[in-house]
Amino acid sequence: MIENFDMSMVNWARAQFALTAMYHWIFVPLTLGITWIIAFYETLYVKTGNEHWKHITKFWAKLFGINFAIGVATGIIMEFEFGTNWSNYSWMVGDIFGAPLAIEGIIAFFLEATFFAVMFFGWNRVSKRFHLFSTWMVALGSNLSAMWILVANGWMQFPTGMAFNPDTARFEMQNIMEVILSPVAVSKFTHTTSSSMLLASLFIISISSWFLLRGRHIEMAKRSIIVAAVFGLITSAVVGFTGDEAAYEDAQHQPMKLAAFEGLYKGEKNAGIVAIGMLNSDKKPGDDQKPFNFQIRIPALLSLLANRSPGSFVPGIDDLVYGNEEYNIMGAGEKIERGKIALSALDTYKKAKKEGNGDMAAAALASFNENQEYMGYGFLEKPEDIVPPVATTFYSFHIMVALGTLFPLVCLAFLYFTMKDQLLNKRWLLAAGVPMFFLAMIASQAGWVVAEVGRQPWAIQGLLPVSVARSNLTAGTVQTTFFMFAILFTILLFAEVRIMTKQISIGPEGE
Amino acid sequence: MIGSLDTTTLQHLWWLLCSVVGALFIFLTFVQGGQTLLWQVAKSDLEKSLVINSLGRKWELTFTTLVLFGGALFAAFPKFYATSFGGAYWVWVLILFTFIVQAVSYEYRKKENNLLGEKVYELFLFINGSVGILLIGAAVGTFFTGSNFVLSGYNFVTWTHPLRGLEAAFSLFNLSLGLFLVFNARTIGSMYLINNIDFSATPELETRLRNACWTSFLCSLPFLGYVLVSLLLMKGYTVDGNGVVSMVSRKYLANLLANPWLLGLLAAGLVLVISGVLSTAKTSKTGGIWMGGLGTVLVGLTVLLLPAYNNTPFYPSKADLQSSLTIANASSSHYTLTAMTYVAIAIPFVLAYVAYVWWAMDRTKLTADEVQSEAY
Repeated sequence: MIENFDMSMVNWARAQFALTAMYHWIFVPLTLGITWIIAFYETLYVKTGNEHWKHITKFWAKLFGINFAIGVATGIIMEFEFGTNWSNYSWMVGDIFGAPLAIEGIIAFFLEATFFAVMFFGWNRVSKRFHLFSTWMVALGSNLSAMWILVANGWMQFPTGMAFNPDTARFEMQNIMEVILSPVAVSKFTHTTSSSMLLASLFIISISSWFLLRGRHIEMAKRSIIVAAVFGLITSAVVGFTGDEAAYEDAQHQPMKLAAFEGLYKGEKNAGIVAIGMLNSDKKPGDDQKPFNFQIRIPALLSLLANRSPGSFVPGIDDLVYGNEEYNIMGAGEKIERGKIALSALDTYKKAKKEGNGDMAAAALASFNENQEYMGYGFLEKPEDIVPPVATTFYSFHIMVALGTLFPLVCLAFLYFTMKDQLLNKRWLLAAGVPMFFLAMIASQAGWVVAEVGRQPWAIQGLLPVSVARSNLTAGTVQTTFFMFAILFTILLFAEVRIMTKQISIGPEGE
Repeated sequence: MIGSLDTTTLQHLWWLLCSVVGALFIFLTFVQGGQTLLWQVAKSDLEKSLVINSLGRKWELTFTTLVLFGGALFAAFPKFYATSFGGAYWVWVLILFTFIVQAVSYEYRKKENNLLGEKVYELFLFINGSVGILLIGAAVGTFFTGSNFVLSGYNFVTWTHPLRGLEAAFSLFNLSLGLFLVFNARTIGSMYLINNIDFSATPELETRLRNACWTSFLCSLPFLGYVLVSLLLMKGYTVDGNGVVSMVSRKYLANLLANPWLLGLLAAGLVLVISGVLSTAKTSKTGGIWMGGLGTVLVGLTVLLLPAYNNTPFYPSKADLQSSLTIANASSSHYTLTAMTYVAIAIPFVLAYVAYVWWAMDRTKLTADEVQSEAY
């Protein structure tokens, strides 16, 4: 289908997408979460008429505004990068993937963009209630936007509701509700938005702690913390629950990702979860080396997580690469062979159709249909190609989980001491609170690394590897734009951080 | 009813919807036009603040419309998305660059510790309004003049020109379309600002804006004239019933004659733009933007519909005629187009709340006091 794989170009395109996505994700989770909290603060203002809540609302909204613009700027690149760097992807799955992006534009972006102007410039131009309504609409719009993009992402992780059309040689949508309501999409959306709300709570706790340590804006900081800590505690519970669901979905649809983030090479029953571990960097799939230099495992928990049954079998990397007859797992080698048959049959089918040879076309189509489930594997060269970078996936997952366990404890401590009115005396807690936002950012980024690095080499799980999804560009071209984006985004990030820290140090107006 | 529409109807409908979004985007480039006027019309800090704050309340709308334009093309005509973005790489990357720097400039420009300084952010706004719009115009021009690509049997695109899309800007027709859009954006940009700002504290700004409206319009005329005359005279691409693409003389004139309503749209659009200009530049009225804006939408709609309807490949290939894209061979499946059409029912509601918020926010003009107390 595509000859002459240029892996160098593919790797630069991957790097560029990772760069854009990670920069984008510096700004977006804060937007997703803080808009709800700001809307809540403003609701308190409208309900009570207390000007304190208005100052609080405006202060956090100002920081949100600084953050919002650069989130928008990095977002537009992501949308168009599908076309510029992954044009074959855009063609082959555009029939399915384009729809949620367009719906996102119609349903969500306009809500966000239209009411954003009211939120920031409408204080004296519209009624209090309409302003409050606008703030809620910005929160709703940004989260609806996340929903549609995560529907699209969920579909890449678990392609459903579509079929391959051999005549057009692309995938075509058959059931949009299956795409929207796919369990992976639902899990992605709930886990991403709840973790973003937790991150926003920790943002408020971080800055408020800093104010309290300096003895500034005490009333505002304490009021901010109460709402943020309650919000953070509730969303932590949701993050835990949806995280469990996300891992279950991985086990069902992307078992290799699960095996990679647990460093599980040999599948087993009663599989345990690695609580702490250090991978053996020399370990390769299929060899006899130990996967870990050191590990502490909690027995049977991985089996429970993966299959909702503690005694169940969880396949490891070796089982998925080389197959396991006992558990009826086909190895990647056989899948590659069958995939190559499918690709060759597709070629024959297209030629026969062009030549008007009906018999040959029918035979080729039959052969294609028999093997098309494995078509994506036909682009791979060897069974080990299906293994993602294990160390990156493993450590990212464990950092995310460890931090995710810490955050509810932090929220609980802040809530407890605020309610007891002892927060100002607990300087150790305030000092611990300040870096929480950065830790939340690390956890959030690590989550996406697990999701995206863990599914390599696939652009569309099992159907389309990144090497085929690419555009026909030279490595040098993509390398050039990689550095253009890297330099520009870094400059803008520096500018944002400087502006943000200055605005924080100025503090709320009217306090 | 939507479920019973056939594929051809859906393809025409979706090209129309994409064109409406594209035409609305061209109208909303009054923001970009205003950005290029900044240094010319605003001489003091207060005047600059008025211009920036007036435009800054609308920039997201323009940006969002551009994103929707891209998203709608992706969903409805994925082969175009793949071919153009993956092929004409450099022109799109540069356009995107100008929009990244725009997005942050309003927010960062006046903030303390903004790293680059006020002037650099103003320069970013200028680049977005000039280079960005010029390149968009050049890219749209290739709908008529063609591009340099070949598609394989599996629709994998190979671009045959080393400049990867930037070569579009070296065609006189494309360049003229681009420059027309730049000057038109300035024309309607000044109309918008005249409508949006309370000039009681800055009467000279009003005078300069009314003058800028007139001079920008005069500057746009030669480019518009060249584009229109070329469109009537130029050879164009056509596709027959078997999908074979060939060149024919005066194709776009033929399209206009075959669809007289397009001719009507174009004429009405031009009359409205001229009326808006005269109203703004030669009287003291402030409502010129509504005529100029609607006129721009109608002209934009004509420009986008003309190269696609009436058996015309909307993204023709100069390098290989048979690789050219038509709304029939570039579109999504019948199922996707149908599903998307159900979603499109939301568009009037979106337009309604956008219009309501616009009205609610702009009932009173932007004053000097306001930009000094609550501003970017």
